[in-house]
Amino acid sequence: MDNAHLAPPVPHERTAESSAALPRARRRRWHLLLAPAFGLCLLAVWTLVARSGMYAAFIVPTPASVAERWWGLASDGSLLRHAAVTLREVLTGLLIGVAVAFWLGYWIAKSRTVAYTLTPYLVALQTVPIVAIAPLLIIWFGSGIASKVIICGLIVFFPMLVNTVIGMRGIPAELHDLLRSLEATPLQTFWHLELPAALPIVLGGLKVSVTLSVVGAVVGEFVSASAGLGYLINFGRGTYDTPLVIAAVFTLTALALALYGLAAGLERLLLGWQRANGTP
Amino acid sequence: MAVRALLSAEHISHVYRTPGGDVPALDDVTLRLSGESFVCLVGPSGCGKSTLLRILAGLLRPTEGRVLLDGQPLTRAQRRVGIVFQKANLMPWRTVAGNLALPLELAGTPPAERAERTRAMLELTGLEGFAGAYPGALSGGMAQRVAIGRALIHDPQVLLLDEPFGALDALTREQMSEELLRIWARHRKTVLMVTHSIPEAVLLADRVLVMGPRPGHLVAEVPIPLARPRSLALLHQPDFVALSEQVRRSIRPA
Ligand SMILES: Nc1ncnc2c1ncn2[C@@H]1O[C@H](COP(=O)(O)OP(=O)(O)O)[C@@H](O)[C@H]1O
Ligand SMILES: [Mg+2]
Repeated sequence: MDNAHLAPPVPHERTAESSAALPRARRRRWHLLLAPAFGLCLLAVWTLVARSGMYAAFIVPTPASVAERWWGLASDGSLLRHAAVTLREVLTGLLIGVAVAFWLGYWIAKSRTVAYTLTPYLVALQTVPIVAIAPLLIIWFGSGIASKVIICGLIVFFPMLVNTVIGMRGIPAELHDLLRSLEATPLQTFWHLELPAALPIVLGGLKVSVTLSVVGAVVGEFVSASAGLGYLINFGRGTYDTPLVIAAVFTLTALALALYGLAAGLERLLLGWQRANGTP
Repeated sequence: MAVRALLSAEHISHVYRTPGGDVPALDDVTLRLSGESFVCLVGPSGCGKSTLLRILAGLLRPTEGRVLLDGQPLTRAQRRVGIVFQKANLMPWRTVAGNLALPLELAGTPPAERAERTRAMLELTGLEGFAGAYPGALSGGMAQRVAIGRALIHDPQVLLLDEPFGALDALTREQMSEELLRIWARHRKTVLMVTHSIPEAVLLADRVLVMGPRPGHLVAEVPIPLARPRSLALLHQPDFVALSEQVRRSIRPA
């Protein structure tokens, strides 16, 4: 899974004969301005609606009041504190969920016995709505970090597992034969064949998992928590502090985007060979 | 002194057990590959050539019979037997040099020796300029040269090739068989190559083994007494044409 299909189509390059260098460069810059300009338009519409008097300030606050609230939270350090709590839950849950999913996926792909034994339960687990069992997990594991880590881990588990299985099963049988004929040990086979061959699809799973992990932590914090960005949202809703809710949502989005950027960067770093082979 | 058989198959039969029923693929195949001989195996498609090669490589256990390598039963795949498939099967995350060096890395060859042998193999396969290139940038013929180099770099005693030029166009294919002759002249080993091109078999081989339709069994053996070194120029010589005709007749008896 990837969001590459959302990327804009590359405009047709004109040949050097048909177009001078300068207009072409100018057109490129102009494209870069489109998205920020659209963002400013949205912000203007939001301001107009908030100022129009149609809605009370606690229902639709102005962008300025949200920014002010955000700045207040940021400067007294509380935003950082809450964000750090959520980030810790997200990273711990992600690490555990991804590691377990990769390990299980590896064995499901390698062993029919493991696949036949576990697949029905894993599919059943996936169909359980995490939101529905979150309260149960809070009852069992308390309202501290443990329950959020588990919710996070569960939500990132499936995409990672599926992608690991697909990635592993897609390895050409003849490459396995080659390593067998070279008397590679199981560890060598993993390191020199299975890991690099499955990596593109595994990292695709990681990008999906990373964004889901933020959802997982927030779901956990909604049900019961005493800190975190999800807790802030819940708290703001309870006190009709709408600017707080929106400021926390923006922070959460920034967090998710940053994590996604890290995963995408990791992909670029590890899969440089894909570009060298001419596959985008 | 009798020539010791390096790799031999004794009364090999193989049946694939599938949900749709048993598929007999090989029926009582016995062959000996010895010394520095180049043997080609031809036969109709689906007659069990690949199956036989996989069994000789120790990648597949035959239903009946046994394979001996230097007199010892072959029970698993071994480094001493190299294999090349129709597809080059290069690792796209490794460069040409990295792909060539793979067998040495797995065997724990020291880096200095590895670099030296990789360089020598790049030269032998005519890929000096492509050491740092990735497989995606190679033509089919170049990729297959890397695959052959990779199968030779750790100096196996036996080389098994399964239609290594089967996916190449006719022109590249001819060039590659000449190339293989040249490489083989430098790395004399026991070679068994499956091909469905009769001229290719006659050009390369000391002996051509002919297999009958499934379940595969050997129906003829044609010695090729043409002098070496050989080149593509042979293709139109009368004795070459006569030998090709002999092989063709043994595949389809009139
Ligand atoms: N893994 C397999 N399972 C079942 N049947 C197979 C398998 N591999 C090959 N066969 C069958 O065995 C026969 C011989 O196959 P193969 O050795 O690939 O022939 P060739 O290489 O001469 O074309 C064919 O009929 C093929 O369909
Ligand atoms: Mg075949």
